[in-house]
Amino acid sequence: MQTQDLTADEARDLRALAGMIIPASAVYDVPGADDEKIFSDILRNLERDRDDIRRALSHLAAIAGCAFADLEAEHRAEVAKAFREVGGAPLAALVRVVLLCYYRDDRVMRSLGQEVRPPFPKGHVVEQGDWSLLDPVRARKPMYRTVD
Amino acid sequence: MLDKVDVLIIGSGASGAAVAWSLADTKMRILCLEQGDWVKPTDYPSNGRDWEARLFSDFAINPNRRARPTDYPINDANSPIKVVNFNGVGGSTIMYTAHFPRMHPSDFKVRTLDGVADDWPLDYATLEPYFAENDRMMGVSGLAGDPAYPPHQPPMPPLPLGKSGARFGKAMNQLGWHWWPSDSTIATSDYEGRARCINLGHCTPGCAQGAKASTDITYWPHAIRAGVELRTMCRVREITVDVSGMASGVIYYDAEGKEQFQPAEVVILACNGVGTPRLMLNSVSAKFPNGIANSSGLVGKNLMFHPYAQTYGYVDEPLDGNRGPPLCLWSQEFYETDPGRDFVRGYTFQFGRGVGAIMEAIISSNAGRLPWGEDHHRVYRKLLNHRITLSAICEDLPEEHNRVTLDPDLKDSSGIPAPKLDYTISANSLKMMDHGIARAKEVLAAAGASNIAVESPVLNAGWHLLGTARMGTDPERSVVNEWGRCHDVKNLFIVDGSIWVTSGGVNPTSTIQALALYIADSIKQRLANLFD
Ligand SMILES: Cc1cc2nc3c(=O)[nH]c(=O)nc-3n(C[C@H](O)[C@H](O)[C@H](O)COP(=O)(O)OP(=O)(O)OC[C@H]3O[C@@H](n4cnc5c(N)ncnc54)[C@H](O)[C@@H]3O)c2cc1C
Ligand code: SF4
Repeated sequence: MQTQDLTADEARDLRALAGMIIPASAVYDVPGADDEKIFSDILRNLERDRDDIRRALSHLAAIAGCAFADLEAEHRAEVAKAFREVGGAPLAALVRVVLLCYYRDDRVMRSLGQEVRPPFPKGHVVEQGDWSLLDPVRARKPMYRTVD
Repeated sequence: MLDKVDVLIIGSGASGAAVAWSLADTKMRILCLEQGDWVKPTDYPSNGRDWEARLFSDFAINPNRRARPTDYPINDANSPIKVVNFNGVGGSTIMYTAHFPRMHPSDFKVRTLDGVADDWPLDYATLEPYFAENDRMMGVSGLAGDPAYPPHQPPMPPLPLGKSGARFGKAMNQLGWHWWPSDSTIATSDYEGRARCINLGHCTPGCAQGAKASTDITYWPHAIRAGVELRTMCRVREITVDVSGMASGVIYYDAEGKEQFQPAEVVILACNGVGTPRLMLNSVSAKFPNGIANSSGLVGKNLMFHPYAQTYGYVDEPLDGNRGPPLCLWSQEFYETDPGRDFVRGYTFQFGRGVGAIMEAIISSNAGRLPWGEDHHRVYRKLLNHRITLSAICEDLPEEHNRVTLDPDLKDSSGIPAPKLDYTISANSLKMMDHGIARAKEVLAAAGASNIAVESPVLNAGWHLLGTARMGTDPERSVVNEWGRCHDVKNLFIVDGSIWVTSGGVNPTSTIQALALYIADSIKQRLANLFD
């Protein structure tokens, strides 16, 4: 798997954390964010957030006291909770990249009942609606202030 | 040296395009310099599966985030509201959401009516024919008969109500409050070569269908056909003056980064409420040591934004989500001053349909609504496509300490000093925002929404850039006169939002363009003695 802007250790921690943020679910028939395909997408899209994400990962490792991915499951949950509570821009950037790659995966979109396609050129249908709803407003007198 | 032109326009956005088109029938030699490039319909994010993700990269609305070579950085650290814009042919209309209300008649008379700020040196009636002309040129959809406005007839029918619009309409009726389909520059029928909206729902970072009226597809084709030259990838560094203190032209960097001098008889600034004062402050000479046309000291001062107070909630059935243009209704129930309130002036509510899958996840994650772990999926499914939103667009009154200056260190890729903002939200605006949030909560409750959340002020909402080279009759209290000519430099005009005296409580582009057309007409009527 291509790690591009991260060291192998950072990528391993990020993958472990992504899987904690969004785990796979049999109930909804969706992969987790640590899924091979989704995680590759994440690594390809660090872009403008790369520095923030590296900062966040270094903070995560500092809280863990070792590589986050090496922790036991129970301990991982505690560390992730503490990490989320601290918040900040680096964490927000990390979570954003995870979410924006997860919520465009075909399997995830199908599970959500969303069509797997870009908006253009097919577009969407939006119902016209019942314009008689406006009748009470139409009946109002002019309500803008006159100036002369 | 390049050949002298009669009229040199800087900036090809909402106002630059309108003034170029209007002046074209004079047959003068007209040139527009634009630092950005054309955007092709195939470039827009809605062509691809990564359409939402690109809102965080090359189509981010914040130029500091987008950071294209054609953008300039803005030091916004000292402002709770960050500037958003686009730099290219069409300017910020490439990115705007096409909500197109006009200012109200009362907005031009705030001192007379409410004893605050200053009256404008012109009025709604003067602008009315230009509003109508601009509506035709941009292609406006909407519904005649809104009791909140003097009568006018949008050329196309309104945007569809959709499920979310109907929910809001019923809620507003229950409360007995005004609401109306918005005027919008989104084509609801095929219009002047533009295809109708197909509800891609992604208008803000550009419309691949060409249904949204950005000026690259409205005014510019007409202006270019009429002989105007539009030179792209040309970034103006400064306006030069001759010995008599008249503008002699501009120095710019061309597409290859080469410095050029472009002489001109008349210079027109259309770089928006941040780009224009930046360029004026960068134009220093012996005659104008504090920036061109700045004897009043007001260039860059009185920056107004419209703080946005956004309130949203979730209903128990899926609504429109990201389908359809996001803004389709407004309310002006709280627009005009009411002496019973603890603030003067007022605001428009704009109603939002919903957001896409990624935006919902990101916003809800930031707000702490979306858990990590197994429960993530259950909670997310209750949020997606269930959101409805109201934003109060609050009138921001002018205050001199809110200003654009030059950053001593930050520069763009051409080495030109970047703008720096110092801005605080006034006590009057804060009270207005609180009022808007409280009323929005009542609307959301009537619409059956729960899980109510507030974002106020909206951070990346510095889309309305106004007031930094204000208009007036007194040269000591204003930068341009009542028809857009600088008091200090009689062949230098400004047509963008910088010249606004007060901000009103509406999205400004309709009024910015009506003013640009009015100024163009004023120039045309005075051609024989323009510099007297
Ligand atoms: C995300 C977003 C949503 C919006 N939604 C709405 C809405 O729904 N309704 C509404 O009314 N308004 C909306 N707006 C605001 C609207 O886009 C602006 O009011 C309008 O475009 C301003 O017009 P303008 O001519 O003053 O400047 P702009 O349209 O910003 O154009 C300025 C142009 O000048 C160029 N320029 C600047 N400096 C230089 C230089 N030194 N050399 C060469 N070229 C230069 C820039 O590249 C740019 O192309 C929105 C804006 C954004 C960003
Ligand atoms: S909703 Fe309409 S205007 Fe907006 S992007 Fe889609 S087609 Fe264009």
